[in-house]
Parts: sequence; structure tokens; C-alpha cells
Amino acid sequence: MLPEFANYLLQLTLSLALVLSICPLTGTFLGKHKWMQFARSLAYAQCLCLCLAYLLLAYAFLSNDFSVMYVATNSNSQLPWYYRLCAVWGAHEGSLLLWVFLLSIWTAAVARFSRHLPLAMVARVLSVLGMISVGFLLFIIITSNPFLRLLPDFPLDGRDLNPLLQDPGLIIHPPMLYLGYVGFSVAFAFAIAALIGGRLDAAWARWSKPWTLAAWCFLTLGIILGSWWAYRQLGWGGWWFWDPVENASFLPWLVGTALIHSLVMTEKRNAFKAWTALLAILTFSLSLVGTFLVRSGILISVHAFAVDPSRGVFMLIFLVIVIGASLTLYAWRVNKVKTHIQFSFFSRENLLLANNMLLTAAMLVVLLGTLYPLFMDALGLEKISVGPPYFNLVFIPLMSIILCFMGVVPLSQWHHTSRHLVTKKLSIMLGFSLLIAFILPWMITHVFNPWVFLGMSLALWVVAVTLQSIFRKTKNFIALKKLNMSQWGMVTAHIGVALCVIGVVLTSENSIQREIRLSPGETTTVGDYQFRFVGVQDLTGPNYTGAKGKVVVEKDMKEISTLQPEVRFYTVQKMALPKTAIDANLFRDLYVALGEPLEPFEKGDWSMRIYYKPFVRWIWGGALLMIFGGVLALLDRRYRHYLGRLKQVTK
Amino acid sequence: MKPHRKKRLYMILVILLGVTLSASLAIYALGQNMNLYFTPSQAIVNKAPTDKTLRIGGLVKEGSVKRDSNSLKVNFTLTDHSYEIPVQYTGILPALFREGQGIVAQGKLNVAGVLIADQVLAKHDEKYMPPNISAVREGSE
Repeated sequence: MLPEFANYLLQLTLSLALVLSICPLTGTFLGKHKWMQFARSLAYAQCLCLCLAYLLLAYAFLSNDFSVMYVATNSNSQLPWYYRLCAVWGAHEGSLLLWVFLLSIWTAAVARFSRHLPLAMVARVLSVLGMISVGFLLFIIITSNPFLRLLPDFPLDGRDLNPLLQDPGLIIHPPMLYLGYVGFSVAFAFAIAALIGGRLDAAWARWSKPWTLAAWCFLTLGIILGSWWAYRQLGWGGWWFWDPVENASFLPWLVGTALIHSLVMTEKRNAFKAWTALLAILTFSLSLVGTFLVRSGILISVHAFAVDPSRGVFMLIFLVIVIGASLTLYAWRVNKVKTHIQFSFFSRENLLLANNMLLTAAMLVVLLGTLYPLFMDALGLEKISVGPPYFNLVFIPLMSIILCFMGVVPLSQWHHTSRHLVTKKLSIMLGFSLLIAFILPWMITHVFNPWVFLGMSLALWVVAVTLQSIFRKTKNFIALKKLNMSQWGMVTAHIGVALCVIGVVLTSENSIQREIRLSPGETTTVGDYQFRFVGVQDLTGPNYTGAKGKVVVEKDMKEISTLQPEVRFYTVQKMALPKTAIDANLFRDLYVALGEPLEPFEKGDWSMRIYYKPFVRWIWGGALLMIFGGVLALLDRRYRHYLGRLKQVTK
Repeated sequence: MKPHRKKRLYMILVILLGVTLSASLAIYALGQNMNLYFTPSQAIVNKAPTDKTLRIGGLVKEGSVKRDSNSLKVNFTLTDHSYEIPVQYTGILPALFREGQGIVAQGKLNVAGVLIADQVLAKHDEKYMPPNISAVREGSE
């Protein structure tokens, strides 16, 4: 009975979302107060219904209800309970339910935390969010309903969750990524609402900035969790593959980053309003494109599972409607927005504009590389694939230029920057970073690597100028308190980018990777480390069998670690997967993945991958710092609000 | 020209220059790094180029996997039930690599028509079929 009830809940939510998308918006045109106020209750009700539906699906998984088709295809009674809970979003139908559930949470959050906004604005924003909700609910109900039954002949046990997904990294990766994707719908809704109302101004930017920042933080977290998962789980030791699905999450991130910076400009200087609105539309559109690419199954990728053409067609139509309608509205309304603002060539405005242009260009080249094979295939020309060399070749130069500008921004001023002062300061910093970038890697590795030199000097350049700008503003440590949270956020995030760049460059250039055949007792040397292969034992888990190897790592005749990589054979899905063993610290990872037993089997030889990966943690560490910077900037407004309220109370 | 007009003109020129540069970089990079995809039949009938990196997708022929006993060298044959391409690879095969499984090998063809692969991809989905192969297989069954 419960899945039928959940089905009913989905349809109820659809009707709620329909009312939400029509009623409050009409109210703003007719000036009906009651209709507009209705939006909030509708948002809460929608969230409640979807929450219930979601919990019912989770319950079906927990209670091993294999009469539900989705549960039967993605779970198994032998699967540990926590993986059964995560299996809810382990495949297409459930992850869409999660998508729309998260959308309803964001909608409810907007309803709750918008008391200080004009009612008409709230009504418009919630209506737009309601429209997106309608689209996705229709998609779920028509093409991908997770509550369909397998009656009367339901299987006694399920087909198990894809073993690749049975990993702690995956418990949180999709929800975070989706929170990011879906979160940009709020920025989108604010832009559309402002366009409908004809009010694109600094206030609009101030309202949508915290939502955009929050979505950006979640998306960043989702992306690095995915990268961390791929690093450990796929067993190749890579942290980014330029896989189309990775790109699908990276595209909205690039434009989202541009959007954050452009919102700052609109908020502080009332400038580039039309551009900011366009970016907001673009960011959400790319989130939808990402969902479409991943979920329609047209991509050839690790993530592309079973294909159903009707889903692809539906998503494509939805995509066309959303992008088409919002761009039409934009074109119709945007000429009303005029900016009268003067700034000189060398100003913070122009630097931020350069940042926006470069990030957008980076997005376009990644988009080109991702979609080009699809277009060629659709046109029936040739089947091709575009590999990492393309992306590296186009992306690295663009990023290098962005980093150059990023260094200058903190020292620059709005409107006009004194050229003389800055040139003097900057040339000292430039010399400093070039020098350190040359000496430091040389002292450690005794070779000159141009890529390391380039990456290190750019990263140091950003760090040096950013830190210097703080001290210049504050003169002494006590005055550091005067910096507001937004500034701290910017400083932290920019330093995070620099650390990330250092990690990327050092890992890419100084890693040692070895694929090797080892007999028990044999030792191999990778870098400064000796890896001794002890042997392999049998292994039995709840839903897998397998082998567990033992590798002792020594450095300078001292044992530093024992690594126990596994190969697991998942019995239900008949799939073998390596489980890597990693000894990690701040400066290097020692990484061992078992391959397979080699003939003649009685010798006990195994093939294995042994990697030495310096500074690989810095990539994720730097990204975490970026997120932290985002959180700091987010706190800024709350903080001010809180202080404001506190003052009122004390008065 | 008025100063602010001049400024605007400069700005447009800079943007145009940037767009042209990144577009030409992208097109150049795309031309250099496209990997053509073939099935074994297409590769043999259409004479796949030998100087370019390409991808060949097919089924691993039953009983064709031969491993070297001292190194990680492995030879196997890719088939689409009409034509076959021998493949040579040194390294660890993906966990999902099995005889009869659909896989994609990336590398260069040598003069003898052997694909010297530097990458072997097996998709993490047992239902996965390389493009154009699923049709062949359904036809043969």
C-alpha cells in the first residue's frame, strides 16, 4: 500500500506545484494580496509531501520491498543497511526524486528566509521555482516513477546496488552535487522574478547573493567528493579525468563562480546588471544541461547507465522550454536596464569583468569538447572522442591568465586604481613569487620543470598579493578584526585556489606511477620507498568475496606502513572491483591497488599498481578552503542582520 | 572620437581579440586531440589510419587472451563477428575485462594491423556495449 500512497503524494505535489507556479504570479499582476501570500504555504506543503514520498522510498529500501521495481533493481537483502539507504539515489528514478525533493527544500527555505523581501518579489520567485518543480515532477511521473510495482511475480531478492557506488564517498557525493545544481535554481528564479518585475538593481543582487553562494559551496563540495571517490574507487589514481559527466558538473561551477563575482559588482557598484542576470540564467541552464547529459544516457561514460530514449526527449523538451522562455524574457526586458557608470581601464570593475570573460570562455571550451562528439554522432558524421589532452591544452592557458588577474584584484580599487602605487607593489611581489617558485622545487627535486615553475609562480603570486593586500589595509594585526567577513571569504577562497593549483601541478608533474608484476616476498622501489609484497589472503564480506593483499612499505630501512589493498568480487552483480589502500599524509600519498592473479597461479604472482602521489591532498584541501571562503562570505550578511537586530533590541 | 567612445572601442577590440584567440586555440586543440572511433569491420574495410590515435570497440574474442608469463604484456583479439583486430597491451586490464565482454581499446595501429593499445576501457556496467556493436550482436543472435 505504501508505494501507492507515495505515488498519490507525487501527484498531489504536482498539483500543489501547478498552483504555486500560477496563482502567486497571477496575484502580482492583479495586485491580489491573498494570492501572493498563498505562495509560502504552498511551498511548505510541497516540501512536506515530497519529504514523505522520499521517506517512503527510503523505507521501501530499508524493508527490502522487492515488489517495487526500483528497489528490486538497485538493492539486495545482503546489502548493509547504510548502503541500502544510499541506494535510494543510486540510480535514475531515485536520484530524480532526490533532485525534486531538494528543490522543494530550497523553495521552502526561500519562503522561510525572505521575510525582509517585498511580497511581490517573494511571490514571483516562488512561482518560478514552482514551475521548475512542475517540470521535474512531470518528468518523474511520466517517464521515471520510482514507485512502480513488479506485481504479481516480484523477485525474492534484488539485483544489488552497482558495486562502484558502495563507498562512503558516494553516500554524500550526489546529494551535495544536487544541492548545488538545484541551488542555482534559486539564483535563476531571483533573476527571472527581477526581470518580470522590471527591477534589476543592487537590492536584487544583495538578495540573491547568499543563495548563490550557498549553492556554489554545495556544488564545489559535490565536485571534490566525486573527485576523491574516483581517486580511491576507480583504482587509477587519477583525480580528474575530463569525463563528460565530470564536465557536466564543472560547467555550472565555472559560470557559477563567474556569477558570484559579478553579483559582487552589481551589489557594490550597481554595474553589469544585465550581464549578471544572464549569468544567473546561464548557470541554471547549465545545471539542467548537466542533469540532461547524465540522466538521458547519451553520454558514453562511467556514469552512463541504461538508456531510455523517451527520457532524453522529455529532458530535451524541458531544457528547450526553460532556456528558450528565460532568454526570450531576458531579451524582452533587458533593454530597460541601463547602467550609467564610469570607471577607468585599470579598475576593479574591469578586472572582475576579465574574470567573468575568462571563466565564461573556459566554460565554452569545456562545453565544446564535451558536446562536439555528441553533435558529430547526431549528424551521423563520425564517431569520435575528445580526450584529456584537448581539455588540458585549452584549459591550462585560460586558467593561467585568470590566476594572473586574480593576484591583482585584491590590490585594485573600485572605479580607479592608482597605477603607480600598484605597479611598484606588484613588481616586488612578482619578483618574489618567481624567485621562490624557482628555488623551492629545485631544492627538493634538483631539476627544473617549467610546468612546476609556471604553476608555483602563479600560485605564489596569488598568495603573496592577497596576503599583502590584507596587511596594507590593516597595517597591524589588531586591525585585522576590521576586515569584514566578505573580505575574509575572498582572501580564504583565493588562497584555496592557489593551494589547489600547487597540488595539481605537483601531483601531475612529480607523481611516480608503476604497474608491476610481483611475486610474494619481492620488493620494488618507487621513489624513496620500498614496497614489499607479502602475499594475498582470501576475504569474505556481506555481499562479496575476494582477496586481500599485504604490502609493507619501507623508507630508509624503516617500516612506515602496511597497506592492505583488496579485490572484491560482488556476487550478485558478478563484478570485480579493486579496493585501493592508501597511506596518506599532507605531502604525499602512497597508493596500492591490486590487479589480478597471474599465471602460473601456484607462484602467487599478482599484478598491481603502485603510485607515489605528492601533494595530492592539496587539491581537495585547497577546494575545501574555497568552500570555507564561500561560507565566510555567506556569514557576512547574516552577521550584519544579526547585529542590526541586536541593536534594535538594545534600543 | 570622444574619450569614452574610444575606451569602449578598446574594450571591444580586447574582447574580440580574446574570443578569436581562445576560439582558434580550441579548434586547434580539437583537431589535434580527436580520437576516431571504429568497430573492427570499419577499421579494416575503411582502412583506419596508422599514424593517429584511435579507439576500437568490440567484443573480446573467447579464448584469445594470451598473457606473457614474466611481464604484464597481454594480447587479445577484438571482434564484431565479421572482422577481427589483434590488440597488444602492457599493463593492468580493468577489473571488468573478461572474454566475451564489450570493451574499447585506445592506441595506434601498427603496419601489421595490430592495435598497440595504451588504454583499455571496460565500462562499469555489464549491459554496456561499445557503439555500433550492440546492433551487430543482436543481429547475430
